[in-house]
Amino acid sequence: MLTLECPYCGVKAEETELSPGYEAHLKRFGAGSSDDDYEAYMFARKNPKGVHFERWRHVYGCGKWFLAARDTATLEVFGTYPAQSKAPPEDLIARIKAKRPEWEGYK
Amino acid sequence: MTRYSVFAIAKEALRFHQGWERAWRSPEPKKSYDVVIVGAGGHGLATAYYLGKNFGITNVAIIEKGWLGGGNTGRNTTIIRSNYLQDPSAAIYEKARSLYEGLSQDLNYNVMFSPRGLLMLAQTHHEVRGYLRTVHANMLQGVETSWIEPAKVKELVPIINIDGPRYPVLGALYQARGGTARHDAVAWGYARACSQMGMDIIQQCEVKGVTQENGQVTGVETTKGHIGTRKLAIVVAGHSGQVAEMAGFRLPVEAVALQALVSEPIKPCIDVVVMANTVHGYLSQSDKGELVIGGGTDGFNNFTQRGSFQHIEETLRALVETFPMISRLKMLRQWGGIVDMTGDRSPILSKTPLGNCFINCGWGTGGFKAIPGSGWAMAELVAKGEPGPLAAAFGMDRFREGRFIDESVAAGVAH
Repeated sequence: MLTLECPYCGVKAEETELSPGYEAHLKRFGAGSSDDDYEAYMFARKNPKGVHFERWRHVYGCGKWFLAARDTATLEVFGTYPAQSKAPPEDLIARIKAKRPEWEGYK
Repeated sequence: MTRYSVFAIAKEALRFHQGWERAWRSPEPKKSYDVVIVGAGGHGLATAYYLGKNFGITNVAIIEKGWLGGGNTGRNTTIIRSNYLQDPSAAIYEKARSLYEGLSQDLNYNVMFSPRGLLMLAQTHHEVRGYLRTVHANMLQGVETSWIEPAKVKELVPIINIDGPRYPVLGALYQARGGTARHDAVAWGYARACSQMGMDIIQQCEVKGVTQENGQVTGVETTKGHIGTRKLAIVVAGHSGQVAEMAGFRLPVEAVALQALVSEPIKPCIDVVVMANTVHGYLSQSDKGELVIGGGTDGFNNFTQRGSFQHIEETLRALVETFPMISRLKMLRQWGGIVDMTGDRSPILSKTPLGNCFINCGWGTGGFKAIPGSGWAMAELVAKGEPGPLAAAFGMDRFREGRFIDESVAAGVAH
């Protein structure tokens, strides 16, 4: 069972307490953007087999959204961080790099 | 290759079954082919078969990373139905269902198609309205389904509890021609027929890259070297995104885990397929006597072929409520598969940004039932380079243009 630590309330929450929200850090393209950008924003997903940055909600806890880095091929959780982050924190990226030297890095 | 028949069995019986041949060859790859299909699951093999049968294209290789039919083809709950709401879905799934009816004769391989009937229970008033709408839509589409009242449900499924504590059964959407088939046999039957036509099925050969020149595909890099091709078909379900990335484009697909399980074998107790979408579970009985059980998907990206325990619990809770007699049954095996989900829960059969490269993916939780229809439509797309009437609505560009084929409401549960 997945266990993720909520960065807001500090609870090590197990999967049944959480609600998944798929890919994080999507750059929003709204009215006035090109068709390509809008389509990619709406539908195209990285869906990597490996390191994935994603959204979760602590739905049966504090109720807040947060972000997590997780390996989709092993279910290992690398860490969680607040939803206000524009990009994954440097120290988290360094920790993932140390564990997954072949990883191409956050793109 | 020997044709399977009663005479072949009699002949072999007289010589102690020494003369049976392997059902398909396992050749080394040639330098190049007219068509290379990535993925030897049901959909890939069916595509190859109809390329040969309908279009006479037999210089074909089917490349498989693992073993034939070892992915979702061998992991599903073998349900076949076509009671979909939207016209394009009803057309392709009904084509598949009707091909299943004659598939054993067509392939000379017993796929054990069993049109035993299929019920989708309505357990809320919302569902009653939804299924009545589906029945009406199916009538216009030429798909034979009907609405049945609770008394008829009880007659068809004596072990069901129609006065459940939370969700009493209010009726059901009934497709008498739906049912099940032996999933492995579908893959094996297609493989044998393809091999017989001279196609090469290359197992344990993983695609590592897609080579291209001037925007046209030229071949694939594999663990068994470079294989050249004039046309490429990507039919790999869970790993569609990975192969698409090698070909240089991104898909509107996310991969999640879907689980299934079977109970210990018991005497025959249910001779139809029952799906209960409100409480999230479905059930049928295999020829061996095991109850075959499925439920909902996990909600996060996952490539591990194993799912979350609470979903098994949720599924079994729902089924115990619906079929109280199974409450003390032991479960025998449980497994997971990686399904490729699109935003509108409908598949993609499409040309791609790369020339002469085609993709068939996004069948999500319901691909097995579609295998013959999907192969039929995909073969036409690959052979002609343009989609035929069955595939036309399932192009990748539908997301850009907002032409969704919204089946998430029609299905509601993994199927």
